[in-house]
Amino acid sequence: MMSLNKTMVAADTPKGAFPEAVFEADPRQFYADERALVEGLRNGDEDAFALLVGRHHNALLRVAMFYVPSRAVAEEVVQETWVGVLQGIGRFEGRSSLKTWIFSILTHRAKTRGQQESRHISFSSLSHSECESSEPALTPDRFLPADHEQWPHHWALPPQSWGESPEKRLLSKETQVHLRQAIAALPEAQQEVIRLRDIEQWTSQEVCNVLGISETNQRVLLHRARSRVRRGLESYLQKGLG
Amino acid sequence: MTAQKEMSCKELVELVTDYLEGVLPPGDRTRFEDHLKECPGCETYLDQMRQTVRALGRLSEDSVPAEAKETLLETFRNWKQARSL
Repeated sequence: MMSLNKTMVAADTPKGAFPEAVFEADPRQFYADERALVEGLRNGDEDAFALLVGRHHNALLRVAMFYVPSRAVAEEVVQETWVGVLQGIGRFEGRSSLKTWIFSILTHRAKTRGQQESRHISFSSLSHSECESSEPALTPDRFLPADHEQWPHHWALPPQSWGESPEKRLLSKETQVHLRQAIAALPEAQQEVIRLRDIEQWTSQEVCNVLGISETNQRVLLHRARSRVRRGLESYLQKGLG
Repeated sequence: MTAQKEMSCKELVELVTDYLEGVLPPGDRTRFEDHLKECPGCETYLDQMRQTVRALGRLSEDSVPAEAKETLLETFRNWKQARSL
């Protein structure tokens, strides 16, 4: 069977049609299938590479910074990673996802570099220290005291509704700005976990592998991060409701 | 003796992520769901956590700085050229 590529699509275009129209097709759609994306890279299609860069470059840089002592070194490591991806794509067998493969190249290189450079706080020790302290999802005044006769530890101040169509409000540009600020204000380890899990939609297993943390710590960090972001949304949306 | 203590709201809010991740032990899961049926406050709380996760999922990833992207595309073109030599 012929492999799928854009040239072939172009060749199928009926005479008289503008072949450019084919190339205007959204690469994200064209490469929705991972095998097509790998094939595109192997065929040297720049769109395929640009798509991958757009998808993973920022996360690669953030993750690299947890392994090496400076941003400059992290940038070098990420650059080396992309070169490694290009050099290795011909041998990529698809036993793991492309993303897992790319990030394993990164962590391998970043660990080697991190060991060569002066000592650095690893993500796992960072996550340990963040997990050690206790951090309730809500302030204690939201609940009735433990010695309450009828309802110990039940709501004193239950959450209020976020209005008629919260979905619509959550999608507004303004709310999105608040969301981004809420994430930026999170402690470092919480921030990375919620970014990978909830914004970039990674699985917990993928996050644990790349950051080198246990499932339990990953969940603690995710829980705290989500709880804080919910709190941020609560105070912001509540204001709007007056 | 009662089989198991009822869950309090304070306890429930700390188990929301474990619940959504599907890792609550069966006993706790039952206590969690039993509590939800009786407690509008916790139902709202869980719903807001779900909405928070959904809203995060719809945030677009930050775009790659133009300079970094250009450097990488240059790397790509060099790789492609070297390969065809």
